[in-house]
Amino acid sequence: MLIIAALIAAACGKDSPLPDAGKKGAFSIEFDNIVGEETLSFHPREYTNAKGEKFSIKLLQYFVSNIKLYKADGSEYAVPQEDSYFLVNGGDRATRFTQVEAPEGDYTKVSFILGVDAERSKMPVEARKGVLSFNPDQGHEGGGMYWGWNSGYIFFKFEGHCNLVSDDQQGDPTGNKQFKYHIGGFGGYSAPTINNIKVITVDLAPGGMAKVRAGLRSNVHLLVDVMQVFNGPHTFSIPEHPNVMFSEYSVHIANNFPSMFSHDHTENFVRSEDEL
Amino acid sequence: MNFNMKKLCVLGILVGLVFACKKGSDVLPDVFAGFTKPANFPEPEYDFSRNPITEAGFELGKRLFYEPRLSRNNTIACGSCHIQSASFTHHGHDVSHGIDDRLGTRNPMPIVNLAWQREFFWDGGVFDLDLSPVNAITSPVEMDETVPNVIRKLRQHPDYTALFKKAFGTEEITDARLFKALSQFMLMAVSADTKYDKVMRNEEGAAFTEAEKKGYVFFKQRCATCHSEPLFTDRSYRNNGLQPNRVNDIGRDSVTLNPRDRYAFKVPSLRNWQYTAPYMHDGRFLTLNRVLEHYRSGMVDSETLDPIFRQPDGRIGILMTDEEKENLMAFLQTLNDREFVTNPLFAEPEMGGLIVN
Repeated sequence: MLIIAALIAAACGKDSPLPDAGKKGAFSIEFDNIVGEETLSFHPREYTNAKGEKFSIKLLQYFVSNIKLYKADGSEYAVPQEDSYFLVNGGDRATRFTQVEAPEGDYTKVSFILGVDAERSKMPVEARKGVLSFNPDQGHEGGGMYWGWNSGYIFFKFEGHCNLVSDDQQGDPTGNKQFKYHIGGFGGYSAPTINNIKVITVDLAPGGMAKVRAGLRSNVHLLVDVMQVFNGPHTFSIPEHPNVMFSEYSVHIANNFPSMFSHDHTENFVRSEDEL
Repeated sequence: MNFNMKKLCVLGILVGLVFACKKGSDVLPDVFAGFTKPANFPEPEYDFSRNPITEAGFELGKRLFYEPRLSRNNTIACGSCHIQSASFTHHGHDVSHGIDDRLGTRNPMPIVNLAWQREFFWDGGVFDLDLSPVNAITSPVEMDETVPNVIRKLRQHPDYTALFKKAFGTEEITDARLFKALSQFMLMAVSADTKYDKVMRNEEGAAFTEAEKKGYVFFKQRCATCHSEPLFTDRSYRNNGLQPNRVNDIGRDSVTLNPRDRYAFKVPSLRNWQYTAPYMHDGRFLTLNRVLEHYRSGMVDSETLDPIFRQPDGRIGILMTDEEKENLMAFLQTLNDREFVTNPLFAEPEMGGLIVN
């Protein structure tokens, strides 16, 4: 027995101690927002979409929830749901990590929901904690990530300016040339309706698997290309659809979401966030 | 009158006032009865096990219901548009009249018997009573505020820490507690003391008159499918043939995105109709007579018109002779609950006056 253990230990090498599923380590996904081949900046910096339309960004916020990790043998670990709700704010770098705990192991795949699952969306107020709450300093700050008139969270909120937006009711009647995409919809409470919940699955094998170890942190660095909102499989024009909220058209935009996420690299055995 | 006489007079008036106020407060029952299900009502829909009603919780809810700090500029309270004497709706206003004199597009619904509702507002967009205040607080034409900001204001106010502690055991002012206290006040707004209820419960020898009896028979035949007893609503959403209004409010469709729900609105309860005018989702009809005339002859056909209004001969509406209409109106008169709209339990606390809540 001792010999076998020693052999395995030797095989795993110095930087990769044998995972002990009884122990837990830190695991995070980093949501690094970019715009096409450029870094994310806010108004007045301008970007150009596939339709050749120039735009600037004023606000980018989205919920990430229900994180799951998968091993090569097909087994999976679901982070306890209570601990698995995050709000990424493009304007606040401190919100870019979704840090959780996971059993030690080598994970080859990760998945999460862009948005809030239907089950939680129907829960009573006391079950809406952390970023899901309406409390000051911990919730979504009334940042408009919730529809009061049609109970449900806004999964993805993206606002900005485009000079091609008209000044009428179909555009921006304030004359400020704004576009607003507030995408949500968990499928309806008593009557079925649109479901824009997107499960995003990221294969970590090519870019490096996540090695979770106690006392250390594994960080999966994703690039989130918000240009794909416009340039994804359903390419659309900003002035043709400057305001998309709770409507059938929102389904097209939500269908672009999976194409925003790509795995850049994984940082394993991280001792401090300063290393990331 | 000399100076002393004047003084005496003023004193006398003051004593009289105090006496009158004492008398007024004596009307309140000494023991808080809590929530009681009227004998002729079904089991409530609200899950009271999550939010048991207590006197302190109800009193906090009442204070919050009449608290203008719930709005952006501290001018509009829930009670501003949900007035007790109007059965907690906005008497005389076709659509909500909110902050900065902004107008909404719908008539505020009465806050009555909400313990038996599964969904809220004309389109049923809110499925939890606890979450219904978010709608009014965040609506730009109603209170135009954010919930975190309301909580901040309450935390800064000298009274609320103690009131929350009394209601919930600790001083924390949180979203869930704010919503639950407001729910406690709203849930207590049970209206079940109409003549109709008394007849149904065989109370105080109450009995319908001949006209009321005939009206009740007609009602059961022609109205009760949608306005079903004893809530006088089946809680469904239906298109009742109103000409779409200028803003083309599509009703339930905006929540379900289902074209079959176009122009469907929640069937409102008929209870306390005398106090809740004007009628319909946009308050277009000022009188009960006009409402009945709509069903007799004013309905507009459309693809989503509720089939219940289609008569075998192809006509739409509810067939009703003048006599039937008169009897129906007599019956409907038995659905008004004067005790409810004057019950001091729900009245706005007079903060600055002699009655100190």
